[in-house]
Amino acid sequence: MEPSISIKELKLNFGAVEVLKDLNLNIGQGEFLVLLGPSGCGKSTLLNCIAGLLDVTDGQIHIGGKNVTWEEPKDRGIGMVFQSYALYPQMTVRGNLSFGLRNQRMPKAEVNERVDRAAGILQIESLLDRKPGALSGGQRQRVAIGRALVRDVDVFLFDEPLSNLDAKLRSELRVEIKRLHQRLDNTMVYVTHDQIEALTLADRIAVMKGGVIQQLADPQTIYNKPSNLFVAGFIGSPTMSFLDGRLEVENGVAQFKIGNHSINLDGYDGGPLQSLDKAILGLRPEHVTTFGSPQPGTLPATVDIDEPMGSDSLLWLSVEGQQVSVRVAAEHKSTPGEHTHLNCDITKASLFDAATGERL
Amino acid sequence: MTDATLNAQSEPRGPRPRRRFSRTNIMLYGTLIVIAMYYALPLYVMIVTSLKGMPEIRIGNVFAPPVEITFQPWVKAWSEACTGINCDGLSRGFSNSVKILIPSVILSIAVASVNGYALANWRFKGSEVFFTILIIGAFIPFQVMLYPLVIILREMGLYGSVWGLVLVHTIFGMPILTLLFRNYFTSIPEELFKAARVDGAGFWRIYFQIMLPMSLPIFVVGMIIQVTGIWNDFLFGVIYTKPEHYPMTVQLNNIVNSVQGIKEYNVNMAATLLTGLVPLTIYFVSGKLFVRGIAAGAVKG
Repeated sequence: MEPSISIKELKLNFGAVEVLKDLNLNIGQGEFLVLLGPSGCGKSTLLNCIAGLLDVTDGQIHIGGKNVTWEEPKDRGIGMVFQSYALYPQMTVRGNLSFGLRNQRMPKAEVNERVDRAAGILQIESLLDRKPGALSGGQRQRVAIGRALVRDVDVFLFDEPLSNLDAKLRSELRVEIKRLHQRLDNTMVYVTHDQIEALTLADRIAVMKGGVIQQLADPQTIYNKPSNLFVAGFIGSPTMSFLDGRLEVENGVAQFKIGNHSINLDGYDGGPLQSLDKAILGLRPEHVTTFGSPQPGTLPATVDIDEPMGSDSLLWLSVEGQQVSVRVAAEHKSTPGEHTHLNCDITKASLFDAATGERL
Repeated sequence: MTDATLNAQSEPRGPRPRRRFSRTNIMLYGTLIVIAMYYALPLYVMIVTSLKGMPEIRIGNVFAPPVEITFQPWVKAWSEACTGINCDGLSRGFSNSVKILIPSVILSIAVASVNGYALANWRFKGSEVFFTILIIGAFIPFQVMLYPLVIILREMGLYGSVWGLVLVHTIFGMPILTLLFRNYFTSIPEELFKAARVDGAGFWRIYFQIMLPMSLPIFVVGMIIQVTGIWNDFLFGVIYTKPEHYPMTVQLNNIVNSVQGIKEYNVNMAATLLTGLVPLTIYFVSGKLFVRGIAAGAVKG
């Protein structure tokens, strides 16, 4: 199928600074793609390039099969939602929603029809005659989404739309955006630095760093099989624990050695392993279990800190001087200094080459 | 002990009691009153003198209020005082000044606001250089440009006309006004501008429908700066216009400095007050907006 958005060898420099480097990306029809990364990674810049608000240094952007690299934003068939809502303060909600349509010199009856339909979808009919100043943050963001909605476009661009809202509203609107996507079934590109938003909303996530896409995959793969140390550390809260050690392969049996202890890597989900002097074992807190007494293949550990989080508790342990966090049931009580033993679920663990940071 | 003393000794509660006549307050308000008087006194002397007849002025008691209030000096200053061969007072200068003021203010603000908008939102290649050059213009002394401008106006056929002067005022107002507008438009969130572009609005539509309605304070500031500046201008009025187009300030000077006859202090005072009335009114009417606009636009860089 023809991709909805296709970005080819996109390059963007601000002066001497390379913000985007030879970026290639295909976004399918009706796909929800999240651009995720720390601030300054170029994700918003990429979105602005797609919108046509920034001139690219090199490369092409195709939307709906048409090369729009030189097109004005309004001619690209996109709608955009901004972090600060960017509602026109002197216009009513109706004025805000219809501004783009009036600019197209659309007949008044059709403008009203579209505005009413968008207002109906977003449940803001009662707000149509108010000014943005009289709206709450959540209502403002709904209006901002409505402004993209009335344009009846195939592609929605979201630039951190929920970052200005408080936690409760954020989770409410997150669900609403997901519902909207299921209902409209158009292509959405969503920029965020919030991994929860990314994991919950996305069909695919593109994790970016330094203007380069580090990994592009569905949320499950991103979470369980991060392609490098950066993605592994960026995704997941609490973060993945990393253990430095040695990788030894003898007679087809791979083992990860930490000091005198070793973990059998049987069942590791990855490519064929080779011996490596410096390797890193990445373990998510929920993929490690604790035992009171030693079992075969367990690691001895000492409890440092117990963090109860309500639904469960997070234990910080030290293994051979290295920190590991473990998610345990809330009822599980531990005292600092207590000795325990760890068992790791190797099928869900990640191994990295310490030198390159790449997944093995 | 009674209840009242008990209460007074109880723990602190509610707003902290403040002494109205504390030492700080006396110092503060004392200083403020002295400074206010220092500035208000000349105005007081002028008003009082303008309401006295000449015999009363000759007594020499400058600060005394008028014994017999007369508005004759005001009437004379407005419609009878002589400059050279014309004896129709300041009224002609007033209408000249208005004729110069209105087009100058409108033209300079219109051009400068579009300039500032373009420099803030539509960055083009070399826009920063252009802006720097414009700002440097604000630091070049007027005297350097006086004569070249005379030649330019002469070549354009505008020398001596009101429109020539309007052009001069527009040019000289440009650097500071452009700076003012640029800074104000820069302070408007950029996302608003981007949203308008996605909505398909062009250069002028964004300017008129998005930017203009949000910038009333800065337009008021620009207007005040221009109105007072142009109204008080003397130099350009003398140089670039002919006597029949002389603005009010030039006419005032000619009345006050006329050498024939006795000095009519009351008429001079009245004429000066009349001339200063326009900027004074502007300040009184728009003081609040002015401060707000300065705070909103001029300080943020």
